[in-house]
Amino acid sequence: MRGFGLAIAALCTLLLSGCGYNELQRRDEQVKAAWAEVLNQYQRRADLVPNLVNTVKGFAQQEQQVLTQVTEARARAGSIQATPELVDNPEAFARFQAAQRELGGALSRLLAVAESYPQLKSDANFRDLQAQLEGTENRIAVARNRYIRAVQEYNVTVRSFPSNLTAMLFGFKPKPNFTVENEQEIAKPPRVDFGTKNK
Amino acid sequence: MIRVVLLLSFLCATGWAQVAVPPLTAQVVDQTGTLTSEQRAELERKLREFELRKGAQIAVLMVPSTAPEPIEQYSLRVVEQWKLGRKKVDDGALLIVAKNDRALRIEVGYALEGALNDAVARRIVSDIIAPRFRDGDFYGGVNAGVDAMMGVIEGEPLPAPKKAAPSEGGNVGQALPILLILALVAGGLLRAMLGRVLGGAITGGLVGALAWLLVGTMAVALFAGVIAFLFTLLGGGRGYGYYGGFPGGFGGGGFGSGGGFSGGGGSFGGGGASGRW
Repeated sequence: MRGFGLAIAALCTLLLSGCGYNELQRRDEQVKAAWAEVLNQYQRRADLVPNLVNTVKGFAQQEQQVLTQVTEARARAGSIQATPELVDNPEAFARFQAAQRELGGALSRLLAVAESYPQLKSDANFRDLQAQLEGTENRIAVARNRYIRAVQEYNVTVRSFPSNLTAMLFGFKPKPNFTVENEQEIAKPPRVDFGTKNK
Repeated sequence: MIRVVLLLSFLCATGWAQVAVPPLTAQVVDQTGTLTSEQRAELERKLREFELRKGAQIAVLMVPSTAPEPIEQYSLRVVEQWKLGRKKVDDGALLIVAKNDRALRIEVGYALEGALNDAVARRIVSDIIAPRFRDGDFYGGVNAGVDAMMGVIEGEPLPAPKKAAPSEGGNVGQALPILLILALVAGGLLRAMLGRVLGGAITGGLVGALAWLLVGTMAVALFAGVIAFLFTLLGGGRGYGYYGGFPGGFGGGGFGSGGGFSGGGGSFGGGGASGRW
């Protein structure tokens, strides 16, 4: 009889504190919204590319290589279907991330090249585009951070007791998160080179 | 529970090296002591008027340095805490200056990203503010920058400002259980120690202050404080003689007078532009 009472009490507590189902739903929705924002900002960056490339072309025709790299990277990033379901597929997620990283790299090379063209640098159109690109990169960083936070909260919910039981029951899986862009490069100690290479 | 503890320790660990976000006390928060009090008052008057007329909130923050964070990261933390702009309208903007870093940034809320877009923000930063800062004219730079921001936002159609206070503040629902428990526990203890009226008054004051911190709205804080006061006063079975002299209106939040300035709950997504001088 006593055991029965205890069991009832335990059940009540479980029910009262919730089995985490609503929480799971809420967190899942949060992750989706955060992911949509990330995609939105990546798209914004991709939309800036054609204009930027054309503007730079007008002043720095000889930088063909960098320009093609940017255009190609954009095409590759655009070719990956960025659906919301992408989040649930770690492999596709990694591919998507790599493509975006490549585009980011190509764009920063393009801006670095532009530094050596004073006329281009003082062009009003280019300056506006540059400001927009910088703003967008910052928005991407913000959106990524918010996504990371949302996934963190979601994953903790999926893994912690008792909501992990509910998650198992309803098939909520932990979601992949963003990793540091250049993990391997950061792990390497910096090399200082004063240009005095001894052969 | 574990999650909360983990989150807290995580926040503590990461918050260690960062520059703390100062409390939002007025439209202009100057931690560098660059502006004189008249200059600050003039800027604040201008910004307050603008908010009353247009609804959008603009604030100015001057800090010595944001190191080790870049100014973009710091300024986003500031606006996430300050929540400039009206809730759901998101019409806030921040002009932030890191004096010793020689860096500045205009952070733009979602609703203003159309008018005060990155390119415009960049122009204000590098063509209007930075040259004046270079000459050491900080007030002139901030003043001209704020004027330019207001001029641009003027052209943006925004919902008309409400006559009353900016908004009905934060999330009351989340704060309520904590407050209730606090009122019960602290109220019981204080009543046992100090008697009904004094215990109730102190509990009321505490709860009011806490509600004000959590929710940020005076009305809610006052309400919570009064409720806690009454609760403690009337609650509890056994009561020893309660001595008269009802100390009128001591139960409320106590501080945070009118004329203060607080964010309305707007959100930001990292739009804007930075620059150096």
